[in-house]
Amino acid sequence: MKTKIYLDNGATTKVDSKVVKVMQKIFTKNYGNPSSLHQFGQDAHNYLEEARITIANKLNAKPEEIIFTSGGTESDNLAIKGAAYLNGKGHIITSKIEHPAVLNTCKELEKQGFTVTYLNVDKFGLINLKELEESVKENTFLISIMHANNEIGTIQPIDEIGKIAKKYNILFHTDAVQSFIKVPIDVTKINIDMISLSSHKIHGPKGVGTLYVKSGLKLKPLIDGGNHERKLRAGTENVPGIVGFAEATKLEPQLDYIKKLRDKLILGLLEIPNSQLNGHPEKRLVNNVSISFNFVEGEGILFSLDQKGIAVSTGSACSSHSLEPSHVLLAIGLKHEIAHGTIRFTLSKFNTEEEIDFTIKNVKSIIEYLRKMSPVRGALD
Amino acid sequence: MNYNKKLLALFRNPKHAGEIKDPSGVGEVGNMKCGDVMKISFKVEKGKITEIKFLTFGCVAAIASSEALCRIVKGKTIEQAEQITNKDILDYIGEVPALKVHCSVLGEEALKQAIKYYKKNAIKQN
Repeated sequence: MKTKIYLDNGATTKVDSKVVKVMQKIFTKNYGNPSSLHQFGQDAHNYLEEARITIANKLNAKPEEIIFTSGGTESDNLAIKGAAYLNGKGHIITSKIEHPAVLNTCKELEKQGFTVTYLNVDKFGLINLKELEESVKENTFLISIMHANNEIGTIQPIDEIGKIAKKYNILFHTDAVQSFIKVPIDVTKINIDMISLSSHKIHGPKGVGTLYVKSGLKLKPLIDGGNHERKLRAGTENVPGIVGFAEATKLEPQLDYIKKLRDKLILGLLEIPNSQLNGHPEKRLVNNVSISFNFVEGEGILFSLDQKGIAVSTGSACSSHSLEPSHVLLAIGLKHEIAHGTIRFTLSKFNTEEEIDFTIKNVKSIIEYLRKMSPVRGALD
Repeated sequence: MNYNKKLLALFRNPKHAGEIKDPSGVGEVGNMKCGDVMKISFKVEKGKITEIKFLTFGCVAAIASSEALCRIVKGKTIEQAEQITNKDILDYIGEVPALKVHCSVLGEEALKQAIKYYKKNAIKQN
């Protein structure tokens, strides 16, 4: 590969060299099992607990409220199933644009007798607070609404959702996998019971995440075994991964820099006629650019960009294994044909202005090229 | 998606993208909702398909299948073109992931539509 421009940070990110360095040290020097009573174990235990404090601080939470998991998906499962199985039965409210880790967990619970309401979203991807309140039933025990959406970047008003949850004494979980570090979260200022976090979206290693569980909240653990993580998640702790995750949270996120690049990319791409930005124009993640290009199909755009060394992702059906384009794009009201022509660019602090310029130039020529081959110009006017 | 080199080459360097003015045969199949639309147009001179072009809204495999179809069909007679099936397209483009086989089927259908149009017009002219 010659040119390498990575614009798929929503999928995963490059691990920062500082993170790699601390992990290497843990791998080779501090490799004890934190449960062991000897000095190797206690040493590893100290690193584990230090990491716990670091991550807790990022949420203004207490260290004991941080439960380490294998990642965002496991955290989502633990939050939703953990609450559901303890409750035994009841009603859950979530949204139509959640990540499959939440949606499929809810679908599985429906098979087991729970009822679920999937809230609609508006054209920007925002839920309607009134609709949320109206969906509350006698037996509603959990609301799970993601903080920021991975496909279109829209940020939900979790403070307002928290207020509604408190009013009706319902647990509130949010999947903050995409928003953590990019959007501040202070658990002393918002009413929130559980938060899912993931390491590999913020330049930490894959395979490690966190579920914030408010003090006093009980959950049924999904993984039985030893008494790790306050008996909520058995298994020898992934100390190097966890320390790496904590280190990643200490890095300077460079949000202003990323936002500047994002806005440049948006402006440049919207110069292409018959294109539109998806998601909320202001309440969106600093690194997310989701654009639909009429008359052309996403996988074709993706491969053409890949050939130029630029990595992105698409919401088209052809690139997934179903016949339907992204459920998120359909939920915000995009027609199928527009959804099929959607590309998601997700930036990181490692991208440069030159890369953005190069990308804009190549997207423009690729769209022009694919449109010349398209039978549907004008069909959508 | 794992695409073989030949398929990718067809996608990257199509020689038959476009549309024929006053075509002898034209056919359009598929639908926007599914994300697959193919339009094939060709010119017939002295019983042979001398020129053939495609316009495709679809994935890499769909565009490659369209290009492959045009390369296979060009120079053939209508009778020969009628014998072409999606299997010929698949043989030309090489191995495809299972869920992309339908792209070649669409190609066969587009060609059949275009031939149907040609025959209808030929009857009209006679």
